[in-house]
Amino acid sequence: MPPDQKDIIEIRKKVTSGEIDPRAFFEMLNQHSHNGLIGVQYVANADNWVELAIDYDEKLVGDPRTGILASGPIISLCDMASGMCVMLTTGKFMQTVTIDLRVDYLRPAKVGHRVTGHMECYKHTRNVAFVRGYAHDGDADSPIANVTGTFMFLGAPQ
Amino acid sequence: MTLMLPPYAEALGIETTRDDDGRIVLTMAFGPHVQGRPKFLHGGAIAGLLEIAAFATLWDALGEEEPRPQAKPITVTTDYMRGGRERLTYAAATISRLGQRMANVESFAWQEGEDKPIAAARMNFLLARG
Repeated sequence: MPPDQKDIIEIRKKVTSGEIDPRAFFEMLNQHSHNGLIGVQYVANADNWVELAIDYDEKLVGDPRTGILASGPIISLCDMASGMCVMLTTGKFMQTVTIDLRVDYLRPAKVGHRVTGHMECYKHTRNVAFVRGYAHDGDADSPIANVTGTFMFLGAPQ
Repeated sequence: MTLMLPPYAEALGIETTRDDDGRIVLTMAFGPHVQGRPKFLHGGAIAGLLEIAAFATLWDALGEEEPRPQAKPITVTTDYMRGGRERLTYAAATISRLGQRMANVESFAWQEGEDKPIAAARMNFLLARG
């Protein structure tokens, strides 16, 4: 059974209090939804960043002539990593929604390569969190995309 | 009308139609595969729909040009305006400029009505003509 909204708030509370670690959190929440479709996996996290990844998958290809992944899965990956890093950095368990997300593609991802999204929350206020990061396909020093975004905290749960 | 959509569009369950003005309109049904938090669409799935709308409209505008230029997204900025609910989502795109080397495209997604967009994306493509 996929968790409902109330379960998720409870789970997020336990993550921000340290009762559940981020990897376990990720495995609890993300197998039933869009993240399951694109196959997002937890990689690592630190105080202010989170890394998630997707394996190359033919069903996520945007141009069959080249076999290059579509942009959407990379945006999904970075959106998810952003949301998780905002929660872990700020310690706020309420859910966040994306205000905007900008992705600059520096080069196409290599066909067949796993893509990793690394997102950092570098500033947060009462209502808004600011993130930046990148995506790479094996070498973090040669990113495929640069990513920036803003997120809004939803009101405290009732 | 049949437009060749990439595997990613199929994975999202996207279908294409044309409205009375001949404009390409995409639809994406709700399901677990496009869900984010409970009862809402995933922002990434919305971004995917907006991307496919931009590509489909661009390919349509490029028409019979052979070989078809490769459109490489350089920047993609997505604005989220309303939560996407558990219902059918529509998307369409407008080409602001189609040049020799660049194409600037804006996509919108909506559910209840086109005057209430749930998200928009501005995509700048580099056109590689072989």
